Amino acid sequence: MDRFLTTIDRIGGVNLLPLAVALVAFFLIGVPSSWVTLTVAGLAMGMMIFLMASGLSLVFGLMDVLNFGHSAFVSFGAFVAASVLGWLAGWLGAESVVLNIAAIFLAFLAAIVFGLAAGWFFEAVIIKPVYHDHLRQILITVGALIVAEQMILAVWGGTPINVPRPNFLTGAVLLGDVAIEKYRVFAFLLGLVVYLALKFTLSRTRIGLLIRAGVENREMVEALGFRIDRLFVAVFMLGSALAALGGAMWAGYETLITPALGAEMMIVVFIVVIIGGLGSIEGTLLGAIMVGLVANYVGFLAPKLALASNMILMMAILLWRPNGLRPAVK
Amino acid sequence: MTQETDRGADFVKLVVLLIAALLLFAPFLFQDIRSLEVAARICVFIVLVASYDLLIGYTGIVSFAHTMFFGFGAYGAAIALRQMGPGWDAVLLGTLAGALVSLVMAIAIGLLSLRVKAIFFAMITLAAASVAMVLASQLSQFTGGEDGITYKTPDLFKTATKLVVTEDGKVARLFGVKLNGKLAAYYFVFASSLVLFVFMIRLVGSPIGTILKAIRENEARAEAIGYRVVAYRTFVFCVSAVIASLAGSVYAIWLKYTGPDTALSFSIMIDILLMVVIGGMGTMYGAVIGAVLMVLAQYYLRDLMGTAAEALANVPLLPFILNPDMWLFWLGVIFILLVYFFPKGIAGSLARKETEA
Repeated sequence: MDRFLTTIDRIGGVNLLPLAVALVAFFLIGVPSSWVTLTVAGLAMGMMIFLMASGLSLVFGLMDVLNFGHSAFVSFGAFVAASVLGWLAGWLGAESVVLNIAAIFLAFLAAIVFGLAAGWFFEAVIIKPVYHDHLRQILITVGALIVAEQMILAVWGGTPINVPRPNFLTGAVLLGDVAIEKYRVFAFLLGLVVYLALKFTLSRTRIGLLIRAGVENREMVEALGFRIDRLFVAVFMLGSALAALGGAMWAGYETLITPALGAEMMIVVFIVVIIGGLGSIEGTLLGAIMVGLVANYVGFLAPKLALASNMILMMAILLWRPNGLRPAVK
Repeated sequence: MTQETDRGADFVKLVVLLIAALLLFAPFLFQDIRSLEVAARICVFIVLVASYDLLIGYTGIVSFAHTMFFGFGAYGAAIALRQMGPGWDAVLLGTLAGALVSLVMAIAIGLLSLRVKAIFFAMITLAAASVAMVLASQLSQFTGGEDGITYKTPDLFKTATKLVVTEDGKVARLFGVKLNGKLAAYYFVFASSLVLFVFMIRLVGSPIGTILKAIRENEARAEAIGYRVVAYRTFVFCVSAVIASLAGSVYAIWLKYTGPDTALSFSIMIDILLMVVIGGMGTMYGAVIGAVLMVLAQYYLRDLMGTAAEALANVPLLPFILNPDMWLFWLGVIFILLVYFFPKGIAGSLARKETEA
């Protein structure tokens, strides 16, 4: 038994969990084509959730700040992108792929810029006065969430908004008898690129080194003379921008968005962060993929259970590892 | 403790006593249906907010599952009354069942997650509450889904019931108030709330209350002295969950209707948070002040805002600001400002200000 466990540890340990889930699901579902479709959907969903959750996790790891208002960035990102796509509807419908890409690029860029600005404002006005005070942090960020949601209601109204998709991303690719939606592949690839960029920044650059050192031991890094508070502002802005990007992609994925989007995603994001372990992007990715896969498989196998599946997953993992799968701080 | 502190605290107590007196005579002082509705809501929310204060103010743990327990109680009573018909056995059974479910859930959540960081706890309770909300709308054969359940309460609480009859067979009046079942229902709500509130006051004044405060102030030290922090926290969480559940049952009996909006929605959770923070955390009396102010504002200030917005329709910007739809926005802003500048809330600040004077 021990040898078996060490072998598993050597080839990846908990990272194999999504694979194991996929394997179990394969036998339970029994139809390869459905399984592939569900897996792709799960991976795409996981990647988008990863974008939303990574900022939250990093901010917590670095500064011990948990932002309950994080989902506001997700909703704002979604609505900003939807508005931009609405203006550029002509470009989206065009046959030219260049115009298509330009439109979606501009929409995502708008969401990111908005996320950066909103993140800076949020950090300076809301979070800064309540560092090191968890109780007031939770209260204040919840208050900010209320205000942000009301602002969305005031600006965009309460009715659902239609989000147009660019021409080249509509429809599906047929591989044999397996239909794969193009947008899902796109979402997965974009998420992967962002993950790799984050991973590279964190593990190969000087800034990343400082961030990791800050997560590990903040006082020590400060004692060595680095302005970690400025770094924190940067990380917070980055996290907000990623959340906004995730929201923008989610808007394109759902194609119909309501102001309740943020509140719905918040629960999933929290579950992902708890499963993955706070403070590490690898853990967040793992948690996001797990949640995405399980949500899709369970949705297919037992639709009644779909809504509770994330919760059950979280309970199971917390019983097994109270600090999440891959916590940054041991 | 100086004399001034006593004076500040005495002032808060005086206000609370005044509120209690107003609530006691509410049916006679404010003789219309809407006011009675407001008074009953205030009673129930005082208990609910005080039980939340027990958590957040006395142990420093933030739970977002408080409405879930409130909902368990409300749905317990509602489902029992619906299935078994209006009777005291249904009330008792439903209330107990709701309280039992709350207790079991509280123990499970507490043991599972109170060991970890406070912030994990907040997130886990939020997830649990959202699942409960989804379940309530999914299991529509029991809970009525989004529409909720309407049901009849025991005969004593019917408006048509005559408590005291005059010689000619009509309902007797006392100071112009009909002595009918509605009055009995209100006093049922008032008495249950009073009992629960006094129980909580006694609890925080007891040695257990002192230990809880010790845990809030310095967890490591409390543990080192020999108190099992996890056990005490789980205990408080259970007590507060059961009280919230009982409050839910009382409210369900008063309203004769239970649905997601009245018993389970996240906006109730936000209301509770606002009330605790406005009133003052860790004071118990603050819960009374916060609940009274918020419920009054909910019922009357919004209407006032609407009328003001209409009256000022020609002035630029003002109607937009006073738009009743923007009500939650301003509450959020006030909430943030309160947490920044008056973290002790009204009750806490009053008591302290008198000290400084």
